[in-house]
Amino acid sequence: MSNLYQSQRAMRRMRKQAMDRGVVAILDVGTSKLACLVLRFDGSDRLRDSEGVGPLAGQSSFRVIGAAALRSRGVRFGEITAMQETERAIRTVVQRAQKMARQRVDHVIACFAGARPRSYGLEGGVDLSGHVVKEEDVASALASCEMPDIGPGREVLHAQPVNFALDHRTGLSDPRGQIGKRLSVDMHLLTVEGSVIENLIYCIKRCDLELAGIANSAYVSGVSSLVEDEQELGAACIDMGGGTTGVSVFIKKHMIYADSVRMGGRHVTSDICQCLQVPFDTAERIKTFNGGLVATGMDDREMIAIGGETGDYEHDRRTVSRAELIGIMRPRVEEILEDVRARLDAAGFEYLPGRKIVLTGGGSLIPGLDAVASRILGQHVRLGRPLRVQGLPQSATGAAFSSAVGLCLFAAHPQDEWWDFAVPSERYPATSLRRAVRWFRDNW
Amino acid sequence: MQPLKRKHAPGAPSRWAYRAERLWLTPVVRNGLRFGVPVLVLGGLAAFYLGDPANRAVLLNAGLELRRSIVERPEFMVSSVSIVGASPEVAEDIGDVMGLDFPVSSFDLDLDPVRQAVTGLDAIARADLFIRPGGVLEVRVVERTPRILWRSENGLELLDREGHRVGAVTRRGARADLPLIVGQGAEVAVPEALALLAAARPVEARLRGLVRMGERRWDVVLDRGQRILLPEEGALAALERVMALDQAEDLLSRDVVAVDLRIPARPTLRMGPNAQKIFQEIKAMELGATSG
Repeated sequence: MSNLYQSQRAMRRMRKQAMDRGVVAILDVGTSKLACLVLRFDGSDRLRDSEGVGPLAGQSSFRVIGAAALRSRGVRFGEITAMQETERAIRTVVQRAQKMARQRVDHVIACFAGARPRSYGLEGGVDLSGHVVKEEDVASALASCEMPDIGPGREVLHAQPVNFALDHRTGLSDPRGQIGKRLSVDMHLLTVEGSVIENLIYCIKRCDLELAGIANSAYVSGVSSLVEDEQELGAACIDMGGGTTGVSVFIKKHMIYADSVRMGGRHVTSDICQCLQVPFDTAERIKTFNGGLVATGMDDREMIAIGGETGDYEHDRRTVSRAELIGIMRPRVEEILEDVRARLDAAGFEYLPGRKIVLTGGGSLIPGLDAVASRILGQHVRLGRPLRVQGLPQSATGAAFSSAVGLCLFAAHPQDEWWDFAVPSERYPATSLRRAVRWFRDNW
Repeated sequence: MQPLKRKHAPGAPSRWAYRAERLWLTPVVRNGLRFGVPVLVLGGLAAFYLGDPANRAVLLNAGLELRRSIVERPEFMVSSVSIVGASPEVAEDIGDVMGLDFPVSSFDLDLDPVRQAVTGLDAIARADLFIRPGGVLEVRVVERTPRILWRSENGLELLDREGHRVGAVTRRGARADLPLIVGQGAEVAVPEALALLAAARPVEARLRGLVRMGERRWDVVLDRGQRILLPEEGALAALERVMALDQAEDLLSRDVVAVDLRIPARPTLRMGPNAQKIFQEIKAMELGATSG
C-alpha cells in the first residue's frame, strides 16, 4: 500500500508540474468509448479580473482546447484486457486530441470504471499537541485511522477525509486554525484491484505520457452531473457506461460510497445481438436509433429493418417490431437497475436527507429510462448531463461524457486526499534524515 | 489465443508515427524545422557563394550598375538652378558658392550643405532650396538690407539692423542715405545705435554720426564739433532729454562744445571759447555790480 501511497504523491507532483506547464490531458478509459480532452490552464486570476467571471466551480480556470472520442478496444468491464489494443487506441485518441489542440501533451489524468471498487468508512482521532489544530495534526489524525483488511491484491484509489470533528463539534470541513483538544476524522476509503491500476499505469506509460492523477469514473461523473444542492443534501449518481454501471453517493460535497455493477450498455447490445442474430455493430445501431424501454401500441406497428449481408434474401429482409426490441432491452436494463438498487440499499442510501438519483453516462440516453428507473429506484430520479465547461465541443457535451467532464473538474480542483498531507514524523523510518530535521524544527 | 502481432486498427498510428507526431508538436522542434533549418540552409548556400571574392565583385558591380541605372534616369536629373529674391550680383555670388556642375541626379544632391554654403554668404539672411519638377533647383533667398554704415579699421562696411555685415563700400558718398557709426565694437550695438538715430531725428540735418567710445557707450557727433556724450545705461532716455532741452531752449544751437550726460544725475555743459569769455564777463559784471 505504501507503494501506491508514494505513487499517488508522485502523481500529485506531476499534476502540479502540468499546471505549471498549463496543459494537461484527460483520458476516460471506458469499455465502449475512449475520450480524451486537452485542457489549457491559463490562470483563473486573469479571467476573473477582465470579465468579472466568478470561480464557477473551478471551470473558469481552464479551457478545453482539444477533444477526441474513439471506440475503445481491448477493454472489458472497464478493465484493460488486451494491452496492445488498448495502447494503440489510447495513442490514437491522444493523437487526435493533440492535433485538435495543436499542442503536445505530456501529462494525463485518467479515470476508469471497473476494478470492483469497494468503499470503507474509517474513523480516526488524535489528541492535539497544542491548542490550535495544525496541518500536522490533521495528518496524524488521518494516519491514526485504522486500516481495514482490504484483501490481497487490492490498492487504495481514493482516501478522502469527509468530515472532521473537534471535541463535540462535528461537520467541520477545514479544522485548521481552530482550537480544541481532540481532533477526529471520518475518512472514505475506496479500494480497487491493484492489477487493473497497474495495467492502466503501464499502458499510459507505454504511450510516452506521464500519469498525473487517477480517479474512479463513478466518482468523477458524480462531480460533473450532480448539481450543488444535490451534492450537499445527498444524492446518488448512476453512471451507466458500456461495460459497468458505476454508483457513487455524495453528501456534503463528499463522496461517501462508490460501487459498480458489472453490467452496462454492451450487455443490452449483446442481448439484441443474440436474440435477433445480427452482428454486434448492427445491434448497436438498432439500439441507438430505435431502442426504448416503454412500449406503446404504436410500437407494435413500427417495423425495424434488421438488414444483413449474407446474400440470403429472406435473412437480409428480416424485420422486427419496436415492441419486440423493447421486450429484449427492458429486462436487461431492469436487471442493471435492480442491481444498482441492491447496492444502494446496502449502502443505506434511504437514510440520506435528499434521496435524489441522477442517471448519467451513455446508457442513460435510452428513451424511457427515467420511467423504468423511477419504478425501481424511487421517485426522485432525473437524467443528468454534465456541467458545461468552456470550449467543449458540442459533440462532447452529452451524458456519455459526464465522467470526462467530471475529470476536468477533478483536474482543476482535486479533492484533498490522504496523500496531500505531510507524513507524520513518527511514521518516518528511524534513520531518516527528514525525521531529524522535523525533530529539530519541533524543538527549537 | 489471438496472435500477438495483429493488423493495425484503422486509423491507429504506429508507435513511431505517434512519437514523430508528438515530436513535431513540440514547439522547439517545430519552430526549429520550420524556420531554423531553412534559414540555416539558405545561409549556408549564401555563405558558400559569397566565399569566392569574384562572386562578391560580380554582385557588387551588378548592384552598383542597377543603382546607377535608376539614379541617372532623366526624371531624377537636376539640370538648372533658378535663384529667386536676390539682386544680380548676389545671385552671381550664390552661383559661385553652390559649386554644383549640372546636370546632377537628385539622389546625389545633398541640399543641406548647399544651403549652409548659401546662408554663409554675408548678404543672405535666409535661403530655402527646392527641387522643382522639370529638374530645376530653386533657391529662394531673403537678402539682408543694409541699414547703417560702419567705419572701422578695415574700411567702410554696410551692416543690417542686427549688426550683421552685408557688404563693403569704398566711399562714404556711395551710400549717403545711410547713417554712419564709428568705433571699435560698434557693430555689436547696432540696434541701440538705430534707436538713438531715430531719437535724434530733430537734429538729423546736423548729425554726423555716432561714435562708440571704449566699446561701451555712444557719443552723438553733430557738426561744428558738437558732441552729446551718452551714458552706458539709459542712453536713449538721455538723448531724448537732450532733444527736449534743445526743443525748449535751443540748447544745441548755442555755443556748446559738448553736452555731457555720462552721469545722468549730473548733466554737464562744456561751453565754447567765445561763450566762455562772455560768461566770464557777465560773471565779472555781476560781481562788480554787487561789490560796487
